[in-house]
Amino acid sequence: MSFNLAFYFSFFVVLGLIGIALLGVAGAKLYVVFGVVIPYLSVVIFFAGMIYRVFKWASSPVPFKIPTTCGQQKSLPWIKYSRLESPFTTFDVVLRMLLEVLFFRSLFRNVRVEIRKGGPKVIYWSNKWLWLGAILFHYSFLIVLIRHLRFFTTPVWSFVRLIESVDGFLQVTLPGLYISGIVLLVATVALLLRRVFVPTLRYISLTSDYFPLFLIIGIALTGIIMRYIYKVDIVSVKELTMGLVTFHPKIPEGIGSIFYVHLFLVSVLFAYFPFSKLVHMAGVFLSPTRNMPNNNRAVRHINPWNPPVEVHTYEEWEEEFKDKIKAVGLPLEKEE
Amino acid sequence: MAESEFCPEKDELIRSIDYRPPDKPWMETKPVFKKGTYCFAAREKHLAYLGFPNPREWEVGAEDWQLPENWKEIFIAGMEDRLKRFRSFRLFMDICVRCGACADKCHFFIGGGDPKNMPVLRAELLRSIYRRYFTWPGKILGKLVGARDLDYDVLKEIFYYAFQCTECRRCSVFCPYGIDTCEITMMARELLVSLGCHVAWTIEPVANCQRTGNHLGIMPHAFKETFDFLTDDIYDVTGIKIETPINQKGADILFVAPSGDYFGTEGTYTCEGYLILFEYLRRKYGLTYTWSAYAGEGGNFGMFTSNEAQKRLSAKIYAEAKRLGVKWIIGGECGHMWRDKHQYMDTMNGPADFLEEPVNPITGTKFENAKSTKMIHICEFTADLIRHGKLDLDPSRNDHLIVTFHDSCNPARAMGLFEEPRYIIRNVCNNFYEMPENTIREKTFCCSGGAGVGSDEFMEMRMRGGICRANAVKYVHDKYGVNRLLCICAIDRATLAAMMEYWVPEVDVGGIHELVANALVFPGEKSRDTDLRGLPLKKPIKGREEGEMEE
Repeated sequence: MSFNLAFYFSFFVVLGLIGIALLGVAGAKLYVVFGVVIPYLSVVIFFAGMIYRVFKWASSPVPFKIPTTCGQQKSLPWIKYSRLESPFTTFDVVLRMLLEVLFFRSLFRNVRVEIRKGGPKVIYWSNKWLWLGAILFHYSFLIVLIRHLRFFTTPVWSFVRLIESVDGFLQVTLPGLYISGIVLLVATVALLLRRVFVPTLRYISLTSDYFPLFLIIGIALTGIIMRYIYKVDIVSVKELTMGLVTFHPKIPEGIGSIFYVHLFLVSVLFAYFPFSKLVHMAGVFLSPTRNMPNNNRAVRHINPWNPPVEVHTYEEWEEEFKDKIKAVGLPLEKEE
Repeated sequence: MAESEFCPEKDELIRSIDYRPPDKPWMETKPVFKKGTYCFAAREKHLAYLGFPNPREWEVGAEDWQLPENWKEIFIAGMEDRLKRFRSFRLFMDICVRCGACADKCHFFIGGGDPKNMPVLRAELLRSIYRRYFTWPGKILGKLVGARDLDYDVLKEIFYYAFQCTECRRCSVFCPYGIDTCEITMMARELLVSLGCHVAWTIEPVANCQRTGNHLGIMPHAFKETFDFLTDDIYDVTGIKIETPINQKGADILFVAPSGDYFGTEGTYTCEGYLILFEYLRRKYGLTYTWSAYAGEGGNFGMFTSNEAQKRLSAKIYAEAKRLGVKWIIGGECGHMWRDKHQYMDTMNGPADFLEEPVNPITGTKFENAKSTKMIHICEFTADLIRHGKLDLDPSRNDHLIVTFHDSCNPARAMGLFEEPRYIIRNVCNNFYEMPENTIREKTFCCSGGAGVGSDEFMEMRMRGGICRANAVKYVHDKYGVNRLLCICAIDRATLAAMMEYWVPEVDVGGIHELVANALVFPGEKSRDTDLRGLPLKKPIKGREEGEMEE
């Protein structure tokens, strides 16, 4: 897959999706389809798909205990072991997983390497840009998602209000600017630019890497546009979303088309999620190199399909080599 | 010398490092089987001896690999089977986001620049097949979603890169999801061996080990004679007469070392180290132990072949421990051996309920961390002895050595054995300097000859992959005058020696127990002015003179 194909294909597919939503709503007036049917469908696909995915992974057993150890093992009592990097107990594993999932610890470790010619001299330096981009992207996305709960709760939950007020503390625009939306957009664009301009990354990137980035950029942009520029009627939007969430869907009059574009892109993201690399969200919890304790020699791990194998037994060995064994005076089981 | 038809000169090699990926997309480039970058094919007789499928004489560099007619079906069916049996495999096929964090973590990529040696892309070779045959977007959309048909060239490509991975797990440390290329390489190699496509340097040791009990194919009489030779050597240098119990019933401990230790050039000194240590413990504390010629191999090249081969070979150790009636087992200094013994052996061949939970009879220490496997690492054992003051050590006897320590991949990233060897080193020698922190411990670099690719015909890749390690050694050599690279792996001792000769010829390679033996003040030793290798000591040792009474 060439870069051009992967990049532009993804870009135009997202443009096409926007076009479909615009045509469907502003042109064909299919409000029910885009406001009710597709959102419901996408949520169903998301949950069914994710359950299927997790079930599929879980249905394959873990035959061996294979943690990647990044720190001292628990061995002799006077040697301090590394709980987080070489977990021995379930509690240690939980800590390790929390750091991994909440703070992307492994990514934080990132060290770049460069070979300077003449010598040669190998240089290492800590590189946290990817970590930073990933953290900003995921957390801003999370905050944006939580903020959106205001459309699905009446009265709006207090922690949602709290997050809103923190997120909007700058109070620079009207309506108040949410930092998370801007950070999400910037981080996503940064992740995209990285793929385009780092030659090795560009080489490994597939359509399925560009597409979700364009899609999320589309979602962030439409969201920002309708909040700050072409404002939509928030009261009507809430009427629609509350209708969806209470299973009494209705389509209020006069919500701008941009809202339906936003909603459609979100629906596509939800439906696309389980069939893409985005499943890493659930998969990371199942990763056997991270979620298993390094207590291999203390607690035996059971492999459910441990088949018997043909072993060359001692008896066969002695039989084959008995003259040689005898010649050098090593003991034999079967003395003649 | 490393420089040969299989390896260019240093300058030429450095000049050729190029990280710019080709213009053509990766799916459209084919591997070039250039001398020095691939290992020779597994021989017919070895595959046949093991009863592995499709044994034949073939050449990796040849156009026609003489695959079985239905090779594609075998491969795909094998993949399906493994997706069902290994969660790791299915998960790692699904969740990679191609973030690129692993890209420059592979020694082969750093030293060469072939983009398919970025762990992510090496895994994509198989992932593209997975998508095409096992996911519906891949079935429908094909290349657009990174899926591609399995064809002859793709198979060759998978082979080429599955044997340019040393299963060292360095990339797995940095992956945000812990995706372990080692797992993927293991799967690829299992699939390849099901077609009779494997490398000689792996399959021959497996066949040898199956038959004779060690990778090198040393038969029992030669096994015994090897030890006689080593003990004669020790006697000549130190005047210590060593008893080498082999296949002795009723000993407390079974000791298993990698065969590289009793047969490799640098390894033998480590082996002499074990022998001297155990002799010391026998005389002073009455410790009884035995070697086994049947289970004479701690390493396990089966691990580089398939689960089945791995299980077959590691089964012998428990079987032999049971037959000999020992209480528990100690294992020698070896890298992948310890992945096998730490993470697999008990699961595959346990429970070892016929053995006792290991207790050091000299110190009383219970090795709680090995209470199920009943097998401990010799570094754990020796560190415990030193901690309890049970060894009479004179570290100044190693003053002629300025050492640094190379963490071997598997003890580091599949076990977490970091402090025990360092503790021993600090107690047996006075000049120990660590290499830069990004090249040691969990970030250590592979010797580039692990996982069964340490052959001479792979020399160019080994020297490329060795740049980072060698550069770190050079750094401590220039700064502190380091002249000995210590390691606890038999493959290291063989392959790092070649790497040092090529990149940092001033530094030699050895095991830790060689230094333990050097430092051990032994009752009955004679006056001498060299160490086990015959290297001159800083200060001669005053022992008994020739002709004095022996103990």
